[in-house]
Amino acid sequence: MTATATPATAPAATGPRGPRRASGGGQAVRLLILIAIVAVVLYPLFWMIGTSLKSQEEIVNNIGLLPNEFTPGNYVDGWTNFDLSFGRFFLNSAMVSLLTVIGNGVSCLLAAYAFARLRFRLRGVWFAVMIGTLLLPGHVLIVPQYILFRSLGLVGGEWPYLPLLIPQFLATEAFFVFLMVQFMRGIPKELDEAAKIDGANAFGIFRYVILPLSRPALVTTAIFSFIWTWNDFFRQLVFLSDLDDYTVPVALTLFIDSTSQSAVGPMFAMSVLSLLPVFLFFVAFQRMLVEGINTSGLKG
Amino acid sequence: MALTTAPGPTRRRTGSVPTPAGRRGVGRARHGDGLAGYVFLSPWLLGLLAVTAIPMLLSLYLSFTNYDILTPLPEVEWVGFANYERMFTADPSYWHSVRVTLTFALVAVPLKLAAALGVALLLNRAWRGVGLFRGLFYLPSLLGGSVALAIVWVNMFNREGAFNSLLAFFGIEGKPWVNDPDWALETLMVLAIWQFGAPMVIFLAGLKQVPTELYEAASVDGAGRWRQFVAVTLPMLSPVIFFNLVLETINGFQGFTAAFVLSNGTGGPVDSTLMYTLNLYITGFTDLEMGYASAMAWVFLIAIAIITAIFFSTGRFWVHYSDGEDR
Repeated sequence: MTATATPATAPAATGPRGPRRASGGGQAVRLLILIAIVAVVLYPLFWMIGTSLKSQEEIVNNIGLLPNEFTPGNYVDGWTNFDLSFGRFFLNSAMVSLLTVIGNGVSCLLAAYAFARLRFRLRGVWFAVMIGTLLLPGHVLIVPQYILFRSLGLVGGEWPYLPLLIPQFLATEAFFVFLMVQFMRGIPKELDEAAKIDGANAFGIFRYVILPLSRPALVTTAIFSFIWTWNDFFRQLVFLSDLDDYTVPVALTLFIDSTSQSAVGPMFAMSVLSLLPVFLFFVAFQRMLVEGINTSGLKG
Repeated sequence: MALTTAPGPTRRRTGSVPTPAGRRGVGRARHGDGLAGYVFLSPWLLGLLAVTAIPMLLSLYLSFTNYDILTPLPEVEWVGFANYERMFTADPSYWHSVRVTLTFALVAVPLKLAAALGVALLLNRAWRGVGLFRGLFYLPSLLGGSVALAIVWVNMFNREGAFNSLLAFFGIEGKPWVNDPDWALETLMVLAIWQFGAPMVIFLAGLKQVPTELYEAASVDGAGRWRQFVAVTLPMLSPVIFFNLVLETINGFQGFTAAFVLSNGTGGPVDSTLMYTLNLYITGFTDLEMGYASAMAWVFLIAIAIITAIFFSTGRFWVHYSDGEDR
């Protein structure tokens, strides 16, 4: 109907979702603008990599992106800069991140199943509370949590990562609970009913229907858990006090302490390495990550 | 079916509203489900209690004491509202940190959202490589919160940094921006804006939901591009704008890592990057004034709650929901 009313000669006036192929010239200009923005956005990352390969002298004098002479020595210096090998910090970070992934995956899935599928007293109230904690800033709780964990002897204790990990095994990351609830609501109820007729109870339905079908939500949760924990600084700064226990972000700040200019190259080298896992995750799961924020964020 | 499974007394409770048999009846078998519900919910409930509720109450109590971590909890001294009085009347650096945080959020959040929306509009119209561009723009949002990137950023805006090289190219003499109290916070704002990818992805998804017919109808009525943007895109996108605004504002108030790295944990130069959370950290964990820090945390929480409430109460004047579908 509208097609007959619109003069065929005015393609430019149609909206964003109008004809897929707008005028070629307009598209070319748009593409150029986008490429320019990409260049600006990615410049800091290339500059970081370039600087990590420059010698001390070049860092000061060579303002270009690329080093005249590649100096991989920064990576060796950074790796061995402290009394401990930097590999130790990577191992610590990897352990904390992987255990967080497991903790979030298991505990949030259980809670989400209860919220999405089971009927029980006060469910609505608890759900509202969960949504409330979604907006609760972590910084507000850090002081009393520190005091509590310390009074239990867990800060700097036998295994200093417990204060970082215990909350993750208790589904306190409401974002993931919410994401999974939203996902489970999309699983057809008929499957539950069918399982119920076959004699499954709530646990059986969880095990044989919800768990296998929730894999995409679990994967999204795992990826985001890993990246956020890998990048997290605040909690790790507060709870880790021994050099042996430091994670990568906390260890990186040691470079800043030793402000001497000579540390810039090694500091950049270790920064590049520290971002590598996140970057690899990005390359492997780009689509999933982007879609992950959509499903969790938009679907109201 | 519901009738046969439910014994007398239960029947009266559920039976007062005649349930259409079958599904609803089974779903309502409260007793079995109820137990299972709490079994599945137990880790979350324990977390709510131990990691959230009890710490919150403890923090409220501590905010009325002069607790430092060194004295044992039972011997702590109750000081009434002294911490709150000090905060509001006798602590200029507290108010300074409030100003720094507000300035940061008021400048960085709108610019970040504008960048996100602008690029989303450009991408929405492109027909090739949308996925690639979307991914590349999103990358900074994944990396930007890390210590590593904050380190890069600080160096980029230092005397020998890339930014000054760029200025030199245009014959402008730069300065060590991160050491200048007038400019340090601005470099952090740029870092925040650089991470526009996450809200952009959400904008893009929102743009896809706008029905094509609306644009067609608007163009039939003779609306040009700008008019279409104002009359169709903005109102249709307003729920997404609202969502991004609330989320980014709350995030903006909590900026910590970059400020910590730039100032090596001091909030300098001359307190110019003393974000609220950094001030809280210094008060609690450097000065060990945990009672005072608890009071600061509670005021922060209440302030965020008020700001969120303001957003939601003004939202109904400008957020347009199309006929309550999807809710």
